Amino acid sequence: MRLAFVFWFGLLVLWASPVWAEEPSAEVNTLLEQLTEAGLRETQPILERLASSGDEAVVLPLFQTLLDGDLYYRRSDGRLLVETDVDGDDHYVDYFSGEDYGELGRREQSKVRINNSLRGYLSEAIARMQLSHEDPAVRTAAVRSLLDDLDENTVSLLAEARAGESHREVRQALDLALAMYTAEQGENSAARITAIQDLSESLETDVRNLLFQLSEYSDDGGVKAAAAEAMQAIDQKVTFYGYVDQLFFGLSLGSVLLLAAIGLAITFGVMGVINMAHGEMLMLGAYTTYVVQLMMPNMINQSLWVAIPMAFLVAGSVGILIERCVIRFLHGRPLETLLATFGISLILQQTVRTVFSPLNRRVASPDWMSGSWEINPVLSLTYNRLTILIFAVVVFVALLLIMKKTSLGLQVRAVSQNRAMAKAMGIKTDWVDALTFGLGSGIAGIGGVALSQLTNVGPNLGQSYIIDSFMVVVFGGVGNLLGTLVAAFTLGIANKFMEPVTGTVLASILVLVFIILFIQKRPKGLFPQRGRAAE
Amino acid sequence: MSILRSVLSRQPAGQRVLPFVVILFGVTVLASLGNLLVPESSSLHVSTYTITLLGKYLSYAMLALAVDVVWGYCGILSLGHGAFFALGGYAMGMYLMRQIGDRGVYGHPTLPDFMVFLNWDSLPWYWFGMDQFWFAMIMVALVPGVLAFVFGALAFRSRVSGVYLSIITQALTYALMLAFFRNEMGFGGNNGLTDFKDILGFSLQSDGTRVALFIATAVLLALVYGVSQWILGSRFGKVIEAVRDGEARVRFLGYRTDRYKVWLFVYSAMIAGLAGALYVPQVGIINPGEFAPLNSIEVVVWVAVGGRGTLYGAVLGAILVNYAKTRFTALLPDGWLFALGALFLLVTLFLPKGLAGLYGQVREGLNRHSNTPATAEETTP
Amino acid sequence: MTFKPTLKGVTFAVAATLAASAAYAEDDTIKVGVLHSLSGTMAISETTLKDTVLMMVEEQNKRGGLLGKDLEAVVVDPASNWPLFAEKARELLTQEEVDVIFGSWTSVSRKSVLPVLEELNGLMFYPVQYEGEESSKNIFYTGAAPNQQAIPAVDYLMNDLGVERWVLAGTDYVYPRTTNKILEAYLKDHGVAASDIMINYTPFSHSDWQSIVSDIKSFGSQGKKTAVVSTINGDANVPFYKELGNQGISAEDIPVIAFSVGEEELSGFDTSPLVGHLAAWNYFQSVDADANYDFIDMWHAYIGDEDRVTNDPMEATYIGFNMWVQAVEQAGTTDVDAVEKAMIGQTTPNLTGGMAVMNKNHHLSKPVLIGEIQDDGQFEVVWETMGVVPGDAWSDYLPGSKMLLADWAFPLECGNFNVESGACSGQSYE
Repeated sequence: MRLAFVFWFGLLVLWASPVWAEEPSAEVNTLLEQLTEAGLRETQPILERLASSGDEAVVLPLFQTLLDGDLYYRRSDGRLLVETDVDGDDHYVDYFSGEDYGELGRREQSKVRINNSLRGYLSEAIARMQLSHEDPAVRTAAVRSLLDDLDENTVSLLAEARAGESHREVRQALDLALAMYTAEQGENSAARITAIQDLSESLETDVRNLLFQLSEYSDDGGVKAAAAEAMQAIDQKVTFYGYVDQLFFGLSLGSVLLLAAIGLAITFGVMGVINMAHGEMLMLGAYTTYVVQLMMPNMINQSLWVAIPMAFLVAGSVGILIERCVIRFLHGRPLETLLATFGISLILQQTVRTVFSPLNRRVASPDWMSGSWEINPVLSLTYNRLTILIFAVVVFVALLLIMKKTSLGLQVRAVSQNRAMAKAMGIKTDWVDALTFGLGSGIAGIGGVALSQLTNVGPNLGQSYIIDSFMVVVFGGVGNLLGTLVAAFTLGIANKFMEPVTGTVLASILVLVFIILFIQKRPKGLFPQRGRAAE
Repeated sequence: MSILRSVLSRQPAGQRVLPFVVILFGVTVLASLGNLLVPESSSLHVSTYTITLLGKYLSYAMLALAVDVVWGYCGILSLGHGAFFALGGYAMGMYLMRQIGDRGVYGHPTLPDFMVFLNWDSLPWYWFGMDQFWFAMIMVALVPGVLAFVFGALAFRSRVSGVYLSIITQALTYALMLAFFRNEMGFGGNNGLTDFKDILGFSLQSDGTRVALFIATAVLLALVYGVSQWILGSRFGKVIEAVRDGEARVRFLGYRTDRYKVWLFVYSAMIAGLAGALYVPQVGIINPGEFAPLNSIEVVVWVAVGGRGTLYGAVLGAILVNYAKTRFTALLPDGWLFALGALFLLVTLFLPKGLAGLYGQVREGLNRHSNTPATAEETTP
Repeated sequence: MTFKPTLKGVTFAVAATLAASAAYAEDDTIKVGVLHSLSGTMAISETTLKDTVLMMVEEQNKRGGLLGKDLEAVVVDPASNWPLFAEKARELLTQEEVDVIFGSWTSVSRKSVLPVLEELNGLMFYPVQYEGEESSKNIFYTGAAPNQQAIPAVDYLMNDLGVERWVLAGTDYVYPRTTNKILEAYLKDHGVAASDIMINYTPFSHSDWQSIVSDIKSFGSQGKKTAVVSTINGDANVPFYKELGNQGISAEDIPVIAFSVGEEELSGFDTSPLVGHLAAWNYFQSVDADANYDFIDMWHAYIGDEDRVTNDPMEATYIGFNMWVQAVEQAGTTDVDAVEKAMIGQTTPNLTGGMAVMNKNHHLSKPVLIGEIQDDGQFEVVWETMGVVPGDAWSDYLPGSKMLLADWAFPLECGNFNVESGACSGQSYE
């Protein structure tokens, strides 16, 4: 078998023209051969030798493939393979020749295994090779990823890079790395203290760790004091950004509550239906997202734009159906709507369970929603939370405009305030009822699309938000959209600021107790409805 | 006028209690004899499984009755009665835990297993006295009663009403659920209290004890039923019903409606607590899941199915819905929620007064056929 | 002698025939009870196990049944409602008269069923990893005890990854509480300072992990290698991992090792940001063994979906079922006492290429594997124990239980024998 392997490589070196990657040297070849046979513990030395072989053109893409976990080998002969996606199927393609071997079974191929420490080694090795990458952003990232492991070799590499570097950001990063090295290993106290003072501007965690070490364990008194001082300066900033972070967390939780509750603010708040099936409308929205992604598997990035209107339509039409078939017979009997919608919620849950199985469904996040916006090393806002926060506000404003500026909104308000009078004025109350319930349900569906990006998409999704939604609507004042907005954000922020002090569970309990006491003070919520409609 | 008429049209209390009690006793005696005296091979034998099931249904019926007293007669829709039920259950559970003594798996003389497990070295203060049956029984009524008093006094004095009240009762039970889930609370966290051995010295696993518990539940249910009927038929009860139909007017007549509501709420919470205490030894476990808001909503659904505003309706609803659940989960393990959901829907749409109103509805329908069309629609909310 | 039919005779004959046919119908099949939630919060996990048992029953019937009879599965739905578990167990044992039950997932459901099993002398196989501290005559525990999952995992992190700082994060219930207690004691024994251990509990289905993940991030950026040991349960995991990915905590910085996250949990979301995070189990779908490949093929054929994954509790169900079949064959009857005796010492192939052994404490000996999450939702095994580890019912690291011993073989026959006092406490059965 090994002979065959060598033979193949021989062939390759002699005749085959490299399609996929640069052809490797003999030394690299032997190492690659060892790579497929090695156990996890033996892999790192092999990789080190590969890295020092100097054959960067081969090694860099190889390391990258290995790091991505796409490197396989054929069991029969040890040929290196790459897993690639061909028309939605996983094909195995020869790493060097690019020959497509098709779909290989479980028993025919194996992965070249790596683990966390190897992954750490690989990304560092790649970073070192990328110090001369053409993109300044990649260079900066490479420097920063080297900060936690500055040895003499790396530092000389960095110093070399610094000399030829022209880009400002990369230079700053390099300076930081060199200052860290000086602070730790500098020749005399004065140089070290100056370096430490330079470092006090930085918020990098590696810098903070270094300063902490120095302030605790340094033998040099001057260095120790300077490090402690620098630490203090940094800590102040970190605390400040910590509050900013908490505020953002609170706003984000608030936006989730808002999205969950906003549909209910219509069906319950405006129409007075104690809508226990509201959670299931959220669920329908989330499942719609799943189905949309299923139908356009190669366009995940665009899928949400399709899912939002689809979810509105699906949940909205289910809502209209419920209104036409059930709710309209229960006018003036709000408590009985509780019973009926509870029944509907059970049926919808079980339907979803039967159609989609009780298991959670996988809803992918588009690329533009993953990762985070790094403002500085201690403050980064995750894109998905940020998107959802903006989205919640947009949906809210849109709904507010519909209710305040359109004739539908006018009619809805008229019917909810005085049904008989509205009817007398020629408003088709039946039609308005159906549309209102549809609108509320549709908005809930849109909320479901957003929730699908944060949590499990399963049959129980609705159940976990229904209680919170009712709390938000009631706290804000039934029938008042603005109240819902303020309530959602108040509860979100209160919860997040209490959490670090009290722990998660106690924070939730305190929020509930707060709601109970608040209602005693203002029995109609934050923004009570006034006038005749209130009774 | 309508208030007066509805109060006057009530029948004397005694008339409704008697048939209920007779039926209840009939079933109880037959089932008990069927379990203890008839040999197992006979087709008339009532299995222990059935006895515990019946016992569970009856404790649920008592809970439903508690909800009906405040909802059906006073218009207070509590979505948090599960909290009182669970508190009563926990008081009973604590007594049963103490009865285990040193027979726990760790063999500790006083501490329940879960405390040994969490390295607690002594009982927390609120566990003291719980080894005495009489003390625990006082707690069964007192703890839910006091909670209901504090909560009711606050809420009714501030005139919180309608959905606002419903939602804060829900917040109450939800907060308690989260609290009881915490292991630091000393109530066994998520596992709750279980593995009970005996009650008053009788083994909980023997058929005799089971039947005795079942009979006790039936007797107490009958008693609670009678007392409730009496209270609601009294002058107090008439004010309560008047509050339901027009609280503002009653207030203007000079009644402190909030006090009436508070005391009714406390009474109802105590019944719920008693129901919980009867429930726990029969099902053998109490855990924070009983506080779940959805459970409380379900109780309301039972009452609605049976017919609110009639005590026998609440009892009937609880027993029927739970029987349906038992049958459906065994017959259609994959689809029983469809059946249950459909049942709720159909009842709301076609039996607005619940099953208890079915008789009246049928009679009215017949009348309508033969006589003039019905005139006024019922407008009670 | 002439045959003279009488009314009495006819009645007797009819009755006898009826009785015989009734008896025949009763003995015709061996009933297997399935007590897994098909609705409610636990349906997500438990439905798969119901399907696994049904598949095993079907397979066994294809092979000619058991003791010459067909197996018949009786499925009920305890609906994730703990008291209902007890009620349904009673129904299975007394109304349906099943010979064995496969069921339960959560500890509380097992605790709820346990008194019923002991009272009615039923037999149950419990297929999920749990906190230990229990050994009942009537239950066989085929999932992992803490020493078969948590301790080896921590050893791996300590020795192979050089972890010095620990975050023990869990859902607030008995399994994480106990596991974390054991781990805390274990870590302190190994010289970890109290300030290097952070313990955090969250409620069930917790969905907003922003603050906790950011706490973990700052706890982990103090210069010492940090790892998170997660006993977070079920559906709280998806938002937790999503938050980890979004806040950019990679496995190289702060690895998270989970005890409740398997292939099925991962199938609910995109794992590419989580590559390298770990899990400790006794089985992974990716294990390279023929028995495993056969099992996966059988599962796919049964469920009719090539994308369905297998997981550790399924393996535990598989082992439990096969062991029960063997024990019944050996005992020649389904009588609970006889089967219980025959179970001890029973060996059957597991799916990772070794043998599972049922020990005297009703727990299995199993290999411990540590896997890293891959971008396809599978795990890659990065470490495994040399041989199998026997399950320990009573932890050696808890002060209350280190003197307890479970041994169901003659002469001890006790689930919690106190070695110091020589007493077998708390038995409610003879």
